[in-house]
This record gives sequence, C-alpha cells and structure tokens, in this order.
Amino acid sequence: MTAVIATNQTILVVGGGISGITAALEAAECGKQVVLIEKNPSLGGRVSQLYKYFPKLCFPTCGLEINLRRIKANRNIHLLTQAEVEQVSGVPGDLSVTIRLRPRYVTEACTACGDCAKAVIAEFDDEFNYGRKRRKGAYLPFNLAYPQRYVMDARMIGTDDAKAAQAACKANAIDLDMQEEVITLKVGAVIWATGWKPYDAAKIQPYGYDRFQNVITSVEFERMLDPFGPTNGQIRRPSDGAVPKNVAFIQCAGSRDRNHLQHCSRVCCMATLKQTTYVREQLGDAARSSVYYIDIRAIDRIDDFHRRVKEDANVTFIKSKVASITKDGATGDVFLHGNDLEKPGVGSDMRYKNRHDLVVLAVGMEPSVSAAWLPTNPHGFLEGNPSTGIFGAGVSSEALDVNRAVQNATAAALRAIQVVNRVAGVEG
Amino acid sequence: MADIIKIGAYLCKGCGLGERLNIGALENAAKRAGKASVVRSHGFLCNQEGVELIKADIEKEGVTRVVIAACSRRAKTEAFRFDEVAVSRANLREGVIWIRPDTKEAKETTQEMAEDYVRMACAEVRRMTLPTANPKAALNRRILVVGGGISGMTAALEASQAGYGVTIVEKTDRLGGWAGRLYKRVADRYPFADPADTGVADMVKAIQSDAKITVHLNALVSRTSGAPGRFEVEITSGGAATNETFGSIIQASGFTRYDLANLPEMGGGTLKDVVDQAGLEELALAAAGGPIKRPSDGREVRSVIFVQCAGQRSEKPGHLPYCSGFCCTTSIKQAMYFKDRNPEIDTVVLFSDLRTPGAGGEDFYRNGQRKGVTFAKGSVRAVVQGEAGPVVQFQDEILNDSVSMPVDLVVLATGQVANAGVNIENAPESAESVQKVSILNLTYRQGPDVPQLKHGFSDSHFICFPYETRRTGIYTAGPVRRPMDIAQAMEDATGATLKAIQTLENAGLGRAAHPRVGDLSFPTFRREGCTQCKRCTVECPFGAIDEDEQRYPQFNEARCRRCGTCMGACPVRVISFENYSVETVGQQVKSLEIPDEFSGKPRVLIFACENDAYPALDMAAQNRLEYSAYVRVIPVRCLGSVNTIWLNDALNNGYDGVMLMGCQKGENYQCHFVKGSEMAYYRMSKIGDTLKGMNLDTERVTTYEVAITDIHRIPKLINDYIAMIEKIGPSPFKGF
Repeated sequence: MTAVIATNQTILVVGGGISGITAALEAAECGKQVVLIEKNPSLGGRVSQLYKYFPKLCFPTCGLEINLRRIKANRNIHLLTQAEVEQVSGVPGDLSVTIRLRPRYVTEACTACGDCAKAVIAEFDDEFNYGRKRRKGAYLPFNLAYPQRYVMDARMIGTDDAKAAQAACKANAIDLDMQEEVITLKVGAVIWATGWKPYDAAKIQPYGYDRFQNVITSVEFERMLDPFGPTNGQIRRPSDGAVPKNVAFIQCAGSRDRNHLQHCSRVCCMATLKQTTYVREQLGDAARSSVYYIDIRAIDRIDDFHRRVKEDANVTFIKSKVASITKDGATGDVFLHGNDLEKPGVGSDMRYKNRHDLVVLAVGMEPSVSAAWLPTNPHGFLEGNPSTGIFGAGVSSEALDVNRAVQNATAAALRAIQVVNRVAGVEG
Repeated sequence: MADIIKIGAYLCKGCGLGERLNIGALENAAKRAGKASVVRSHGFLCNQEGVELIKADIEKEGVTRVVIAACSRRAKTEAFRFDEVAVSRANLREGVIWIRPDTKEAKETTQEMAEDYVRMACAEVRRMTLPTANPKAALNRRILVVGGGISGMTAALEASQAGYGVTIVEKTDRLGGWAGRLYKRVADRYPFADPADTGVADMVKAIQSDAKITVHLNALVSRTSGAPGRFEVEITSGGAATNETFGSIIQASGFTRYDLANLPEMGGGTLKDVVDQAGLEELALAAAGGPIKRPSDGREVRSVIFVQCAGQRSEKPGHLPYCSGFCCTTSIKQAMYFKDRNPEIDTVVLFSDLRTPGAGGEDFYRNGQRKGVTFAKGSVRAVVQGEAGPVVQFQDEILNDSVSMPVDLVVLATGQVANAGVNIENAPESAESVQKVSILNLTYRQGPDVPQLKHGFSDSHFICFPYETRRTGIYTAGPVRRPMDIAQAMEDATGATLKAIQTLENAGLGRAAHPRVGDLSFPTFRREGCTQCKRCTVECPFGAIDEDEQRYPQFNEARCRRCGTCMGACPVRVISFENYSVETVGQQVKSLEIPDEFSGKPRVLIFACENDAYPALDMAAQNRLEYSAYVRVIPVRCLGSVNTIWLNDALNNGYDGVMLMGCQKGENYQCHFVKGSEMAYYRMSKIGDTLKGMNLDTERVTTYEVAITDIHRIPKLINDYIAMIEKIGPSPFKGF
C-alpha cells in the first residue's frame, strides 16, 4: 500500500509539469508539506518535450535539472507518479481527495541500470515523441526522467517478455503483481496544474494533418530537434526523410477559430519565431521559412526577438489565415491556399497557391482540465474561486508561456498557503 | 563529535560494478590512500539492507564521514541521505563503468579511474564538515512594499492574508497608482465582455481596515541596509525619518507614462485633441458616464481613432524598442467607453499586430468587434490639425491605400517606462531610462538599486525562475519588471509575495535562498590572511559582500546564494564553506596517483558545473557513450567557484591538462549564478601568462561553454582534448 501522510495543513499539487513543480517547490520551500502527483511516470510535463525555450533559446532541461535538485533536497515534498485525482470534496482547510494510482510494476529498488529494457523485445509508440518513435516495453521515459526508475508498460503484463524483464533485473525491482490503488488524502488546499495538450491537428480538416505526411505539428517539430528524438536531431520531412528547403509555419492552427479553440494560445507566435531559428541554425541558407499569421503576438519585452527574426532574409511573413492545403502529386510537397491580405489588389488578386516541402502547424494549447466537477469557463480553463480551496496554476487556468506559468504557479502557491496558514493559525 | 574524523567508505557491487571492477583493490584504495577506518562493500548499497549497514556504522561505529562509492551523486539521493554526517559520492557507475568499454584492454585504465574516484571522495570528505547554518540568522515576519499602486496593494493584501505584516511606502498622497486613475479596467472574468470596475477603492478600504498593514504616504525609502531577515530601512516622509526593520522587500515601483512630447509627428504635445491612454481615462472620469468630450473645445467626441504602438516597437531615437503588452486591450476597452454609451460613435483601432492573448484577451477583442469597434491594420505617417480637428494620415495595409481620416479625438497608445531607479551597471543611458532617482537607496557595495536587465526593466533573466533578481530578499513586481496590465500585475505581485515570505522564513532558519534552498553552508573567511584586495566584494554576483570600516569583506550570509564565486576569486584562499572549500577540492586534486611520463597515460582534470555539465556527463553515461579513461571529473557548484590554485596544484602535480566546463555566459547567459561562468572565463583568460611562466602550452588549461543537452558533444570534447594532449606530449612537471 502506498503510505502518504497528509493533514489539513498539507497542500496537494496536481500535475508535475513546470507549473506543478514550481507550485510544489515554492510552497515546500516555505516549509509547507506538499503532496505532488503526476499522471505520467515522470515529472517534467510538456516543457521536457521542448528543444529550446524562447526568447533565450536555452534548454528546458537546464531549469528542470535545477528543479529536480530542489525536489531531491526537499523533504517536504511527497511525490506520487502515475496518479490522478478522482474527486475532491470538502471545504478549504478540510478537503478530502481521492487519488487513483496506476501500477508502475517497478519498485523503488530500481537503479535505472537498463537491464530490463535490454531483456524485452516488445516495442510501443513512444508518447514522449508523440508516437513518432518506438520505445521498449520496459523503459525510462527520457534521459532526465525523475523518479529515475524504469516503467513497465501495462500492456506487457502477462507476457513472457515481462517475465524476461523481471528475470533480468538483478535489483529485484520488478513486481508484476503490482495492483492499481485508490487512496484518500486529507489536505488543506489543492493547486490544480494539469496543464494542456496540443490541439488535435486532425480536427482541422482543410490542413490534412491526417492525410499528408509532411504536415506536422509544432510540438512534433520540437521533438525532431532533440538529438535523442525520432530523427536524431535532424530536421527531416517525414515522407522521405529529405532535408526540407521550404518550410511553412501556419499560425493559429486551431486557435482563434470559432470551429476549434476560440482563444489565442499566446505561445505559438513566439514558438514559431523560435522554430525559424532552428531552421536557420541547422540548414543555413539552404532552407527558407514562411510564417502565415494573423497577428504576430510577441508580447512585451520579448518583441525584440520578433524583430531579430524579421531581419533574417530567409524568413518571410505572410499575413494570412491559410484556407487549405492540397497535395502535389507524388512529390510529397503540398500547396498552401489562401489570401495574402497585404498583397496589392482586391479579391482574387490576393490569392496564393504556395508550394512547401514541410508544413508545421502551430497548434493551440487545449487546457487539460477534464473533470466535470471542476469549475471551468466555456473555454475549458479553470476559474479561480477561493471558496473551493482549489487554485488553478499555469495553463490549466489560462493560455500562458513558461515564464508566466511559473509566475502564476508561484502565486497559486501563496493562495494555498493562505488557506493552510489559516488552518494552522499562523500570525506574522 | 564534529571534530572526530572517522571515514566509512561503502562500495557498491550492484549495476555491474562488482563484475567490472576489482572491488578488493578499491577497498584497499579507500583504506590506504583514503585512510577510511571502516570499509565495506555490498551487493546493492542503495537497497534497504545496504542503507541500514551505513546507518548502523554511523550509530554504532561512530562513523562521521561517509563515502558512497556507487552511482552518480545525482542518483539515489533519497537512499543516500544521511543528515548527521558529511557525505561524498565516488561516481563509479556513470563516471566509470558506463562510459568505458567492457573489454580486456580497457580493464586496467577503467580500474585506475575507479580507484582514483575512491581516493578523491575520501580526500574530499576528510575536509568536509556538516554545515551549521548561518549564526546571524534573524527572523522578521514583516515585509516592506515599496509602491502603493495595484501591484503594491495586491502584495500587501496577499501577505496579510497569509498572516504577515506589511508596511507600504507610497511616494504620492494616495494609494492606487495608475490603476486608481482609470475609469474602468479591462474585463478579467468570463465572458470578458465589458469594461469592469477597477476594484481600487475596495482594495484601499481593505488596506485601511487591515491591522497588519501600515501605510506611509508622501514617503520615500531613503536608506536600506542589512539582509533578508534583518533589512534596516529608513523611511522619509515630509522631512521626518523613521526606521523600521523587515524580513524582505517587494519593490512595486511601477511605471511612468511615456512622454507624448516625444511624438510631435503624431501631434503628441502639440495638438490638444491628441491624448495618450491615460489622458483618455481622465476624459472618461470627467465625463462620469456622460458623453466624453474632447479637450480643445469641450465638444462631444463623435469619432475617435486609437493609434497602437505609438512610439513603441521602434528603434527610432526617443522611442521604446519594446511592446508594452497592455495597450491593445486598453484601446479596445476605451473604444467600448464610447460604443457602450453610443454605438453611433466611430471608433477605429489602428494596429500593426493586435495583441490580445489568451482566452480573456481574445474574447475581449471579439466583444469589441461585436460592439462595432473597427480594427484596421495600418501605420500612421502623421497627425495634423485639420479644419474641425485632428486628421490622421495613415497607410491602410490591408486595402493598400493611403488614408486621411479626420476625427474628433486621437488616442496614442504609448508604452510603459519602468521606475526601476538607478541603473547601477552604468549601461549607456537609453531613451527610456528617465528615472534617475534611487528607489531603494541600498547601502550595498554594488550600488543603490536592483540591477536592471533590459530597456530599464528590473526583470529576471530566467524563464524558469522569473523572480530571481540579483539582490536576495528583494523582489520586484509589476510593471517595473516588464510591461504589463492590471491582471498580470496582480498575479505577479502575488507571486513576488510568496517569494518574499519564503526568503524571510529561510533567512530565519539560516538557510540559503534559490537555487540552493535549504543549504545550510555559508562562506567564512580567515581575517588574518585577507589582503583586502576586494575581489570577493566586486565579483559576488549577488552583492552579498560589503566592506567593513577596516575594509575587510563583510559577508551578509542571508544575501549569499552559496555559489562560491567569492571563493574562486580569492587570491589568498581565505574564503571557504564548511562542505565546499579550497581544501575539499584541492585535496581531491592532490589525491591522485599520476602515472609517469613513460606510461602513455595522461591525466586530465575536469571541473564541471554541477547544474549542466555534470548532468550531461551522467546522461552520456546513461546512453553508454564512451569517453577517455584519462580524465577525472570534479563537479563544482559553479565555474565561478574555481580557484586558480586548483589549476596550479594540478599542473604542478603533473596533470597534463585541465578542462573547465561551465554554462553559457554573455547576454543570454545560462549560469544559474548569473556571473559565475563569466568570472571563470575572465580569470582563465589571464592564466595564459602563468602557463607561459611555467613553460606550459596554453592549451593545457581550456574553458568550454557547455549545455546540459551537450550529451554527445561533451564526450567528443573530452576525446578531442585527450588526442590533443597526446599530440603535444606529457607535462614536463611529471614526477616532481
């Protein structure tokens, strides 16, 4: 049984991405008891799948490492992975939370030596690479995965492969009989930091994500740049592995759109500007980037990044909502169709049909706030309400970039502390 | 107990260590060279039985120093945490067997590597002591908030809600700041449809009735000294000064409106019916819900044009190079002032990129469209006086048309200029840095205000750690940090309040602040050896060290982030931490057996930043990437903490080379201690002369910028370096 000590002065943080990690650490470093739960087998969330951050073009794993060090050094944080909240009831300062824990089939005795992965044959689509790579049935989700323990894919259970993994483990860390558990915790406040998922590009029918191999999403493009990703860090188009020469970035793919997400996802413009620097850095003058946009939202002091990219002669900006994408026979190339609003003339004069060999859809952020009992606005974002004792943090509360998500999560930590301090009767 | 040194060395045989290494020989290394009193090996040291074994020795055998010779110090941290003793980790797994081939030929050099790491860990732990926490720790649960605008008021109320006392120092005669001079604010709740009450009056009332909050109006901070937990602040009001002490400080000094007179081509400062957004708020407040009238003749405004990015996002002299972020939604809100009252009034928003992010921003924009506000993409050439009012001449970039539009009123959406005080780094005066008066009047050695980052804002450089300014315990919040709207300023202030509370609580316990929160070590110096050269006070990235009356360094431990840059700077090596010192590293350097020049086995020392380079090496090992067995890696807190004596010692002891691996420096620095890697580069740039003096090739000391993602690159750097060393030949200092 999983034993967790929690009281009505404990803060529960739901979600172990950058926002949840931040909220948990900031509260714990104030001396508060924190239970941090994450649905996946390791911490890091979406940011761990990014190649670089804008505007500094630094690496997300750098900050993640610092945060993991903080977690390792802090006794106030109790981490549960493969855990999801089923229900929260009660009042602020006295909440009861039901949590479902899926089995990892690997115990804390695991040393992450990797012998189990070597022993198994079965492979599955790798979630960390959005299914564009395969991974073993016993696996470490990514290099910096924490807890640094392997995971046994649940689909392995009952197979000889799983038994082979168990036999290979010298640390006796594989327990194939591990069962799902449901636990109930008493906590004082909850920080909801369940983040987002990339909008399902297949739903944007005219863009043909499900039909054209060389139409990919922005999050998949990030994975392509990782030396440990599906293409070993090389920018390649999926159809034939060729180096693209003419890359299109389509903004607001599924955002600011009545048929899809109505909201602006805020990060996609900067993310695309950043991704044009990937093209520039790796392919130099051999490739061009074209950005199809409605408005470039490089907000506040990071607007200089936008200016810098505009100075690159290989990057073109076209003010246009792309209407549709069609395929060019067998070449793997595609045509983008639409109206260039800044092209001289009216009506049909503005129309274009542009050939590209790789298209990156800047897909929007869809909030991952699925539980029906959570108070959300019609966009699906959590509506803050102190009377519930549940405080949103990060993208579960609004479309935010990393910097703002961290600020927001830090603020959420204070709101939770206010509740537990009231319970404890702390006076300054 | 702390004085008794009894080393217990524990060798793990798990994860292949037992098969790949001669454990008996490692035990001997620990016993003989390492002088460990207790030496044990175990099949899986990290399992419960292994950990119990160590615990039992601490309790029953009186072991006071523990060496874990197993995996990386980054692995199995929960298992190998022994609070009551100093612990050192010899990295035999990621550092040795995982990066070496399992071949007969490699066996000897692999074993040498492992034995050296055991010796090094023993040498290190011998000089480590358990940190005892800052003896000058002080707990003060009161927070100073500088600025009584929306950010400062939010900070005060949030801190009070958490149980902390607050003093607000506001320079004007009332609370509220710019938000208090608005007619309404942008909607912040679904359905994000209409301008909303600012809420300022309610906040002022809440502050006035809150016993935990004291407000000084018409007041300035005239002097700030001390450190987190014990800030001493002089507050001056009407010529009288009072002194108060605080645990931490929130600087919410806000912004100044951009001077319209900088935009004469748009009629700014020349035409009466050209106002900025603040000017429109004044007109709306004066109208009090009635028709808004224009300034020149008091006639009701029937047509208004909002010019976005006025004097912003522009490199022209006198303009602001950045986007202020709030102005697009503000113009939509102001257009609604007109439309909500009378839909017949023409309202045009002229923009280049309309920036209404998020769910709230986009809904508010759509509601503006629904109310009939016209949005046009265009750039203004000039605003001139026409017969009946101003005429806006602009290029419509959608219709590709040159337009002259006569209107009753023009609103220029100008930006925010930060009130960040004095730019202590004397960067060239930029147009936007109008504020020259200090906000905090810090008595710090490194200047009276918080360092500025860019465009006069005091923002943090870190994406992951937005609150980490370079003055510990002082957090900036609101538009002084980066341009922002009310909603964001309130979030920001709430976050800053958390950090202010956190710092003062940790200072009270004598513990470090970010990023080494919980670290109880702190720097001390040997006064009799100090030459008062001031390098430590100058080079500290956080301004933690002042000078006392006798010009000796005065450490303010609660300001210190424990990076060790002062230790690296000190030419006479008098600065140290209990568990990290010139000795703990220096003795590791000296503990190795250096093979002679005929052995064909060079030795290269690597100092690796523990935040980025070291994890990258670990991950290279995880992926079984190989690198030379001739290197010995010592993780350092920051490259800035590397003292050149370590290099001297290494070279004098016959090492053939030294590689330093730190984070990116310069404008987009990634050093977690801001200036650490930069200082290391600076110091190493001067080491060439020393090397020449020793008759050594300058390549024998090389500094590299590496990132945590350089998992393939670092092994290659190492192998290339070894190849280079083999080419230039062994160090002439071998065998002396």
